[in-house]
Amino acid sequence: MPPKLPVKRHQSQGGTIGSGVKSVHSRISKTISKKRDEDAATEVGEGADEWTSAKTLIKPPDQLELTEAELKEEFTRILTANNPHAPQNIVRYSFKERAYRPISYVDQLAIHFSLDGNLLLRDSDEGRRQSARALLEAELAPVQSTVIEAEETELQEEGSKEDMPAAAAEEAAEGEEPAPPQLREQKLTNQFNFCERASQTFNNPMRERACQMEPPPRATFSATVNQWEIYDAYVGELQKLEKSKEKEKPKATAAKKDEKPRGRKLTSLESQGDDVTKVTKAAKIVERMVNQNTFDDIAQDFKYFEDPADEYRDQEGTLLPLWKFQYDKAKRLAVTAICWNPKYKDLFVVGHGSYDFMKQSRGMLLLYTLKNPSFPEYISSSESGIMCLDIHNDHPYLLAVGFYDGNVAIYNLKKLPLQPSYKSSAMSGKHTDPVWQNELVHSDVIKLSVEGTTMEGPEGLQLQTIGCGTSFDFHKKIDYLFLVGTEEGKIYKCSKTYCSQFLDIFDAHHMAVDAVNWNPYHMKIFISCSSDWTVKIWDHTIKTPMFIFDLNSAVGDVAWAPYSSTVFAAVTTDGKAHVFDLSINKYEAICSQPVVAKKKNKITHVQFNPVYPIIIIGDDRGHVTCLKLSPNLRKMPKEKKGQEVQKGPEVEIAKLDKLLNLVREPADKPEK
Amino acid sequence: MADTGEGKKEEADYKRLHSFPLIRHTDMPEEMRVEAMELCVTACEKYATNNESAAKMIKETMDKKFGSSWHVVIGEGFGFEITHEVKNLLYMFFGGSLAVCVWKCS
Repeated sequence: MPPKLPVKRHQSQGGTIGSGVKSVHSRISKTISKKRDEDAATEVGEGADEWTSAKTLIKPPDQLELTEAELKEEFTRILTANNPHAPQNIVRYSFKERAYRPISYVDQLAIHFSLDGNLLLRDSDEGRRQSARALLEAELAPVQSTVIEAEETELQEEGSKEDMPAAAAEEAAEGEEPAPPQLREQKLTNQFNFCERASQTFNNPMRERACQMEPPPRATFSATVNQWEIYDAYVGELQKLEKSKEKEKPKATAAKKDEKPRGRKLTSLESQGDDVTKVTKAAKIVERMVNQNTFDDIAQDFKYFEDPADEYRDQEGTLLPLWKFQYDKAKRLAVTAICWNPKYKDLFVVGHGSYDFMKQSRGMLLLYTLKNPSFPEYISSSESGIMCLDIHNDHPYLLAVGFYDGNVAIYNLKKLPLQPSYKSSAMSGKHTDPVWQNELVHSDVIKLSVEGTTMEGPEGLQLQTIGCGTSFDFHKKIDYLFLVGTEEGKIYKCSKTYCSQFLDIFDAHHMAVDAVNWNPYHMKIFISCSSDWTVKIWDHTIKTPMFIFDLNSAVGDVAWAPYSSTVFAAVTTDGKAHVFDLSINKYEAICSQPVVAKKKNKITHVQFNPVYPIIIIGDDRGHVTCLKLSPNLRKMPKEKKGQEVQKGPEVEIAKLDKLLNLVREPADKPEK
Repeated sequence: MADTGEGKKEEADYKRLHSFPLIRHTDMPEEMRVEAMELCVTACEKYATNNESAAKMIKETMDKKFGSSWHVVIGEGFGFEITHEVKNLLYMFFGGSLAVCVWKCS
């Protein structure tokens, strides 16, 4: 049997332990019966190795190749437990026999390799104890209380078993301890089949803010002090004190001398600061200077600018806007009256109120000067809107003001603050409706009211009219004669001497007469304007108008120029100012110019300055605009060679008469 | 330098005349200065023989009244260079022989 033999050979060489043992047995039997064994051995071997026959034998690569004979050869070797490397000849000195003796016993054990295993049998005591310990440790953290309880119970048990022998107690403890862990062991999670999940909530972002304040200011100070310095200081101080005592004996309080001058300075400053009234005059001068500087170009224009373009224009002229006067508190109040001061040519009065009878509010009386366009010179406010005003001719500080509530008040500019020095009341016979126009004639106030009465102040002269008066004007020379314009468009010529009768009635306009004015030169001529878009010039002896001008918008006011009998200005509610010179153009205005910015802004009044070639225009937003007339608008008749230019009222009258004759003739002819 | 004073009368005169508080330098506001000066006078009179106690008293009182970190030096002769918060320095002489420097610096 070929496979059998190599096995034997291997066994002899010290192969695997199990088969080796067998072979040892077999060899022992072989030694007992040497020869007959061969077949039997093969039989036994056959029977035992039957299941391996199917397997292919794996030979180590370095196995010797042996012939049959060599394989059959037998080597007999006895295995003993003796260590072949152990020394055989150890001798030790024997004190008993007093000689060296070989030692018979030699340690045959040789350890080639040793490894301590850490595997424990689970069912063994040690294993159970270990698993119990591991479980306890796991439980200790989450449920300490239960462990403590368990310990307590153990303690109690131990206490109860005190008298028992220690070994028994230990046994009991050992027996008890592993039991509960075994129960809990099954609850352990499978370490390969569970997952942990963690999440983190949103963390608000951190922000660092820091600031540092400015450290308080510091200063260094150094000095040296010793006795003689102190002495010097005291002596110097005493000397100073003595000197000051000599100077001013009453004030001899010690030690605080150096503070006094400072205190005095302060008091002097304070006294200055308190009293503002002392510097009013200076402040006013400074204010004027500042204004003069600010509006220097306008002042230059006012004085010197003559529009050079007028040379090339035939007849037309222009209006150059100069200053604009406005005051914050009078912003929403319409200009209801303006009037130049007859004495101070740069001063004019503006009355503020409202023409909108649904929205009546307060009024304001302001006096401006051309020298200070930024702020009014005098300010006075009233509860009722101002409707008209006039300045006394001989006493230019006296102002008569008519109010919407029917009252008339006299203001005296000499008495400040500006308050009415006389005011009519219900008791003294005021009107119940707005006072439309008043005029200071000598010292009497004549006023006109919507009621339809004209009243002369102290004497109480009343004229009954049929309509409602809106405007009136006294004749310049004939002081009893006056004209009254009414709401329904009629103009009445009246006299102070008759209370109940009119001298004449002019069927002048279709709508309210806004203004009537006598010509300053020609005694017979007056002008009227109305909301029916027209301006008419009349001879008070003739019932039909001399001239009619249609201005395409309601005419708010009309005024004669003071320098010429033929020049007048009219303002219309569409924001235009019209200047006429009849001697140049009898049919059209020689200047028609929009002078206020917005369309909504209506011009309400116009006035010529008595001296300078300027006009002031008031609108319903509370602004007053000053405009300069260009040379063409104040052109005098051309000088003829060798002929002296005549001037004076006569010339002016003649000029106007000449014009009137042209118009009058065709009108008069049918009468003749 | 002034009179070469001799004799006890001169000495007494000197003591009497030179006993008032003399402010050499200060930048304190009026109210504070008056208060600090009075405090220094009080402290120096109370502890006439013990400058240390006087300085301690001044320092503690000033700390209470005007906030912490006050420093006080009292002596008959010394030199110094200090950094102080402005409006918080008083340097004065008192009693003819004492110099007091009070300042605040935190």
